[in-house]
Amino acid sequence: MSQHSSTYVPKSAFGKWFESRLPIAGLIHSSFIVYPVPRNINYFWTFGAILSFMLASQILTGVFLAMYYTPHASLAFQSVEHIMRDVNFGWLIRYMHANGASMFFVAVYVHIFRGLYYGSYKAPREILWILGVIIYGLMMATAFMGYVLPWGQMSFWGATVITNILAAIPVVGDTIQSLLWGGYSVGNPTLNRFFSIHYLLPFMIAGVVILHIWALHVPGQNNPTGVPIKSDKDTVPFTPFATIKDLFATAVFMILFAWFVFYIPNYLGHADNYVPANPSVTPAHIVPEWYFLPFYAILRAIPDKLGGVIAMFASIAVLAFLPWLDTSKVRSTSYRPLYKQFFWILVADTLLLGWLGAKPPEGWYVIVSQIATAYYFIHFLVILPLLGFIERPLPLPNSILESVLGQKGGAGLPAGANAEPQSKG
Amino acid sequence: MMKRTLLIAAAVLGLSAPAIASEGANPPQLKWSFAGPFGKFDEAQLQRGFKVYREVCSSCHSLNYVNFRNLSQPGGPGFSEAQVRALAAEYKVQDGPNDAGDMFERAGRPADHFPAPFPNENAAAAANGGKAPPDLSLMPKARTYERGFPWFIFDAFTQFAENGSDYLVAVLTGYHEAPKGFSVPEGGHYNSYFPGNVIAMPKPLSDGQVEYPKGADGKSPVPETVDQYARDVTAFLMWTAEPHLDARKRIGFQVILFLLVLSGLLYFTKKKIWSRIEH
Repeated sequence: MSQHSSTYVPKSAFGKWFESRLPIAGLIHSSFIVYPVPRNINYFWTFGAILSFMLASQILTGVFLAMYYTPHASLAFQSVEHIMRDVNFGWLIRYMHANGASMFFVAVYVHIFRGLYYGSYKAPREILWILGVIIYGLMMATAFMGYVLPWGQMSFWGATVITNILAAIPVVGDTIQSLLWGGYSVGNPTLNRFFSIHYLLPFMIAGVVILHIWALHVPGQNNPTGVPIKSDKDTVPFTPFATIKDLFATAVFMILFAWFVFYIPNYLGHADNYVPANPSVTPAHIVPEWYFLPFYAILRAIPDKLGGVIAMFASIAVLAFLPWLDTSKVRSTSYRPLYKQFFWILVADTLLLGWLGAKPPEGWYVIVSQIATAYYFIHFLVILPLLGFIERPLPLPNSILESVLGQKGGAGLPAGANAEPQSKG
Repeated sequence: MMKRTLLIAAAVLGLSAPAIASEGANPPQLKWSFAGPFGKFDEAQLQRGFKVYREVCSSCHSLNYVNFRNLSQPGGPGFSEAQVRALAAEYKVQDGPNDAGDMFERAGRPADHFPAPFPNENAAAAANGGKAPPDLSLMPKARTYERGFPWFIFDAFTQFAENGSDYLVAVLTGYHEAPKGFSVPEGGHYNSYFPGNVIAMPKPLSDGQVEYPKGADGKSPVPETVDQYARDVTAFLMWTAEPHLDARKRIGFQVILFLLVLSGLLYFTKKKIWSRIEH
């Protein structure tokens, strides 16, 4: 997976025999044992491991749920209740799966904003970043279809709203919509195909995750200074350093996960979804899951249906162009005093959009949604490109090692090491 | 006819808007034995609540996801298996077809579901002014009220998850005279907490309606009042909605304790390993 693939030497005769035929042990060794990790990475870099854990957890719990779940419009709700009541530890598996989706998104949002803050999308990591945006898109599709499966009121009406907006796409919209529906409205065929696709997409995510890790291991990890690795002294081996840190962070994350699963398992859901789907009764407020709320707010902020759909998809697609929209040469926001402020304004803007997404589209909510939506796009399309020309970045450390030892007083460094900041900028 | 349509519209709206309580009046927060990290159901309360369901609610509301056998499973009302067998046998259950191809009635068994009061939803609707009374199995999880900012954030930390139960008690005890100038459509009933304030269900409970088991002194240990009935039947319905709540919270405590110890050990291991280098 990386350029550091030649250090593994099998000890046993069988190991040698096997390695010469399929060098998988060497691959694991080079990717997860000797793989060099910047020695200054902080806990925000543990979310890759946390996300891998969540993906595995979702796939495993999902496989068990599928053994008991019935994808039929008149049986789905009942089969979920069967899982909750009669299947041994079915309640645990289902609550893990439902809350696991939310935890997956919590982790992915930290991961994405980490990338935004430390400029992890900049050269030479553009492909890595775009693969990440693809994973995020697949996750959203998977989560949306998964929420439809219990066939409660919010499942049904959420599916109706989202498939209806697809009809706004010119020329092919109607065809896409009837393909998804398998008929002329959301019904049993829709549930069947959503179940099928919901089971398919996680394995596609797993595939893209492998590409994502591959693309990560070629240029290596970014780090809080954004300064590239210059020598072996800048790095530590993945095992034991990153391994133990990832394990610790994952265990802490599991406490948060357990808090939701065992104590407030329905906090992130909707009461309406414990009412069986009823096509003749519309819920007063059709609200998506929390992780879609900012995009839902953008969708509704635009008065035109097609315009709203375009804005919603553009708000995600714009992320893929970030490597070229950001004109600054400096990766890490720690050295970008102006961008740092805009970064936090963007975070606040996204949270505001999320809150607005849960509110009815009326009165001043609409106006604030429109302002927040406009700002979201202005951030990426205007502020980010301009800032690279206007901003005067702070002096960067010469190397990762220097930044580490410099923090600790820089004792033992040659006199000149700290003396010429920003010469290689 | 117009009024009837309005009433149906109101009832339909009622079902469609379970997530929103009437403006201004949030249900009062009550104390529940099943709240919090160590919460568990109170057996005596579940038994009383079951009695209220059986004698009052069950004439209109089904309990489709509950079987008789559930009543004797751990973490529930704590009936004995013999009691459950005797109770099930009091019900007539349709079974079949038999070898001759006929449907027949037999005495209920613990494995049977609670028989619904109406044969189907249309019959239930026809007998109740056009709107079928909802199934009660999931009620406290299927109803809530909006907590609003910033309360919904605090709730994640305080583990407040009893909003549905609070709402149900508020509705069951919320029947009052309509305020002046508020016109209640025919067949509707004013309720302070039901969304829109007009509910199709007539006031279901009144003081002294259900006789509670007597204590040693010949008196019921809890008052036989609407308020107590409402709390008891809601606790019972919370159990039907979440029959494994006791186990969930008990296992949750063990899991979190385990994870805390694990995290602690991993933290010190991590510290030891990283102490080899400056970082």
